[in-house]
Amino acid sequence: MGTPLLEPVNIGFAELHMATLMPMLIAIGGGLLILVLDLVKENLHKSLYVMLTILILLVDLGAVLGLEYQNGFFDVLLIDGVAILSQVLILVASMLFIPLALTSKRFHEYSYPEFFALFLFMIAGFQFMVSSDNLILIFIGLETASLALYTLIALHNRANSFEAAVKYFTMGAMAAGFFTMGSAVLYGLSGSLELNQIAVVLQSRLDEAGIMFLILGGAGLLLVAFAFKLSLFPFHTWAPDVYEGASSPLAGYMSVVPKVAAFVVSMRIFEMFISLNIEWVQYAILALSVITMTIANVMALVQEDVKRMLAYSSISHAGFVMVAIALATVKANSGIFLYYGLFMFTNLGAFAMLWVSRHKDQVHHARYDHPYEKFSGMIKIMPMGAIVMALFMLSLAGVPPFSVFWGKIYLMSAAVDSGYMWLAVVMGLNSAIAAYYYLKLIVYMFLKEPTGMVNQETTYYNVSKPLLTILGLAVFVTVGSMFYVDPLLETITEMIKQSGIGFN
Amino acid sequence: MTHILSILIFFPALAGVLGFVVDKRSAKAYGIAVASVELVLALWLWLSFDNANAGMQFTEFTPIISQFGISYNLGVDGISLFIVIMATLITLLGIVLLRDDTPNMKNMIVSLLFLEMTMVGVFLSLDAIIFYLFWELSLVPMLYIIGAWGGPTRVYAAVKFFLYTFAGSLIMLVGLLAMAYLYHLDNGVWTFNLLDWYQLHLTTDQQFWLFLAFFMGFAIKVPMFPFHTWLPHAHGQAPTIGSVILAAVLLKMGTYGFVRFSLPILPDASVTFTPFIMTLSLIMVVYTAMIAFAQKDMKQVIAYSSVSHMGIIMLGVFAMNAEGLGGSIFLMLSHGIVSGALFMLVGVIYERRGTKIMSEFGGLAAVMPIYATVFGVMLMASVGLPLTIGFVGEFLVLLGFYKVSVVGTIIAGSTIIIGSVYMLALFKKSFFGPVTNEKNHALKDLDGRELTALLPLVAIVVWLGVYPKPVLGPINNSVKALLVQMEEHAQLQTTKDAIIISKKEAE
Repeated sequence: MGTPLLEPVNIGFAELHMATLMPMLIAIGGGLLILVLDLVKENLHKSLYVMLTILILLVDLGAVLGLEYQNGFFDVLLIDGVAILSQVLILVASMLFIPLALTSKRFHEYSYPEFFALFLFMIAGFQFMVSSDNLILIFIGLETASLALYTLIALHNRANSFEAAVKYFTMGAMAAGFFTMGSAVLYGLSGSLELNQIAVVLQSRLDEAGIMFLILGGAGLLLVAFAFKLSLFPFHTWAPDVYEGASSPLAGYMSVVPKVAAFVVSMRIFEMFISLNIEWVQYAILALSVITMTIANVMALVQEDVKRMLAYSSISHAGFVMVAIALATVKANSGIFLYYGLFMFTNLGAFAMLWVSRHKDQVHHARYDHPYEKFSGMIKIMPMGAIVMALFMLSLAGVPPFSVFWGKIYLMSAAVDSGYMWLAVVMGLNSAIAAYYYLKLIVYMFLKEPTGMVNQETTYYNVSKPLLTILGLAVFVTVGSMFYVDPLLETITEMIKQSGIGFN
Repeated sequence: MTHILSILIFFPALAGVLGFVVDKRSAKAYGIAVASVELVLALWLWLSFDNANAGMQFTEFTPIISQFGISYNLGVDGISLFIVIMATLITLLGIVLLRDDTPNMKNMIVSLLFLEMTMVGVFLSLDAIIFYLFWELSLVPMLYIIGAWGGPTRVYAAVKFFLYTFAGSLIMLVGLLAMAYLYHLDNGVWTFNLLDWYQLHLTTDQQFWLFLAFFMGFAIKVPMFPFHTWLPHAHGQAPTIGSVILAAVLLKMGTYGFVRFSLPILPDASVTFTPFIMTLSLIMVVYTAMIAFAQKDMKQVIAYSSVSHMGIIMLGVFAMNAEGLGGSIFLMLSHGIVSGALFMLVGVIYERRGTKIMSEFGGLAAVMPIYATVFGVMLMASVGLPLTIGFVGEFLVLLGFYKVSVVGTIIAGSTIIIGSVYMLALFKKSFFGPVTNEKNHALKDLDGRELTALLPLVAIVVWLGVYPKPVLGPINNSVKALLVQMEEHAQLQTTKDAIIISKKEAE
């Protein structure tokens, strides 16, 4: 700390490890390429941009898979197992999401190349966020991604989309404020913004009188910031409205990718506190997660709209996974990635099913796009569609052998291992409550008679080959999970162990 | 055939998938063909089954999630063998009994075939997670069957059935995960293999909590008093085929769970909980028998009597001796056959008259003599008349239970009298006396379809009532092995005493 601020440092180019920066550069470069393309020739069809985006994401994925475990770029980038894993997850989810733009009906937002450019910038933001332990870089990544995401929501040209975007923006700005304040407290305490150095300094100062108060302040501010981002109680109220306002695929995407990124950062920050034996943080996170999953479940029970139900269900799932942060074991951390890796396909599939049936006008209900009645008697009209949607619902409810079940038992098992038997029971009972609202949709689809409005035309209104391909893939992954969970889990655990986050 | 168990499990499922392609009008024939093949496979399993071997046979083992100790692990012993055969038989006869004009026949057949997979899978799994997987999966087709073909409040009944069982089994799942964790603590490896769990020594405190967790899952399924409230709804609303399979097979999953999990893994807790379980079972036996007596609806009488008999099975399971346990497993079979047949019979009259209220009937014996005879046989079997299948199991259970509690045996035995009262009252009200209701004059007797479904069951009732040895032999072998295992495994001397006395007497 004694060194003067402006002392020149000599770092060779090779020591910068520019390779660590490659994935983000590819995404940003790709976004710029799309913008330039639009400058050169206007009115290109959206399918071109979609395919271009997929290709860029593929190259990005290749760059991520080629990364070595190292620090890079003035030590602000940290490439460890968690960073690589979460980037892979983010990229795969994005590649699943983007073909959903190719609907048979024309939706406004996808005709703008800016949509795709912003999308790629957002991904770069998430990638920065997960592969750093520098609070400033995390903040920059978070804001880049969030600002792009607000715009993407607003591009869905509807009154409630603007409302959703503004709501999300306001809440996000609050969260950003809390994040900076929390970081400032930590900087004040430790004189550093690098999490590993903060941990060392805090460790040495733990015995000082009155320091605990400051640590709790910093941790509390950061917790509030991430509770906003992860939509944890009592900061979850924005989520259902935002999901409702956003287009279905984007809502599905928002329930996975920003959450994964936020989970990774919470893992780095809060498990640092927990490893310093600051139990208060652990209790607070446990309380938040239990309340979140319960409240969200109860709220989901009374929804009349399937999309809102899925929004609350996503909140509940986030609460379920948040338990892992409090447990802070290698098993729990692997559980986060296993859970989201599996949940991603099922949940995106469910939202894609809503997207398939999306009308430009609200033909079924005065307020909602997807009221339950819309799915009434679906088995009689389109058996395949009903069965696919039922599979997604059963998987979300945690019925074995569908994919989310494996994530659920792994996290419950992690709770049991840490001695939190009551927690495992609470998680189990919550899954039982949740089964009710998933079942409600199944009841509508299978056990009720079709209403006059429901027919082939209304329910397959927006269908197209790319959508069906993504749905088929999602079904395949959901049903066949038993055969690939083993290697998946092994890889995840290995990478988590490598990054050294979490107790053994 | 080394993979016969896998074939038994997945043949109906595969047939179910292919069934989507079969034409609607041929769906029933397809279902009968598939279910017959499945029954033949099950009988073949019995033929190649080594009766002298008390352990697991035809075992298969393939790791699925090796890191977490989950494997595809199957095996069959004397306890599960006959339940599997019974499940396939009842499925076949249930499909035979389906009316040709059942709406959405194809969906019905496909769900029944999936249901058959899950039922067979539950009884053949030796891995806790695979067991749990089939256990949960069995709810889905049943939900659909009750909800789509049931009575007026079918959706409520179906959802209640699903949620009640689902909630219970999630608590059981926590118990299973805790078991695996305790095994991991002891041995350093993860496993959900039941046979490995049998070797684990747990403290009485751990056993206490694990027993409670398992209890929540199994007791709701049985259904034990006071968790039985979902069942009358489900039976009341379910179509005939749904009630038949529910009563005959799905309820057995609960009692089977106690036999396969609670007793051998947690012997000390099982003995500690015995008075508690016995009290609940006795309450259940007497209380539901009385409710059955008060019912006006024929199907509800059968439903409550079915719960009452499940109580006797529970008594036998927790008698902790070879007679009681063996008898209760035999009683599971006879209960499956008899209550299955009774629900079929109620279905037959409901199809003709559109009502199940007993006061609507009267003098049916004069109009439908064959129907009355078959009903009479099943009714006698249900009350436990000697030389019927019901007698053997009930007698053995009471014999085994006598060694544990004389007073309890007297109470339980007296319910057989209550049982005969309400059953005979049902029979008298419906079948004897003059034909009072005009609508009953023109009723047709059983036709070929119904006879095909019912006569095999009558034959089994008489055959196993007179000569139960081919079935009782393998059951007793495996039951004794289970008791020996329990005794060796028990930590407390009191537990050993509770088991050993009756075992020595049995030998």
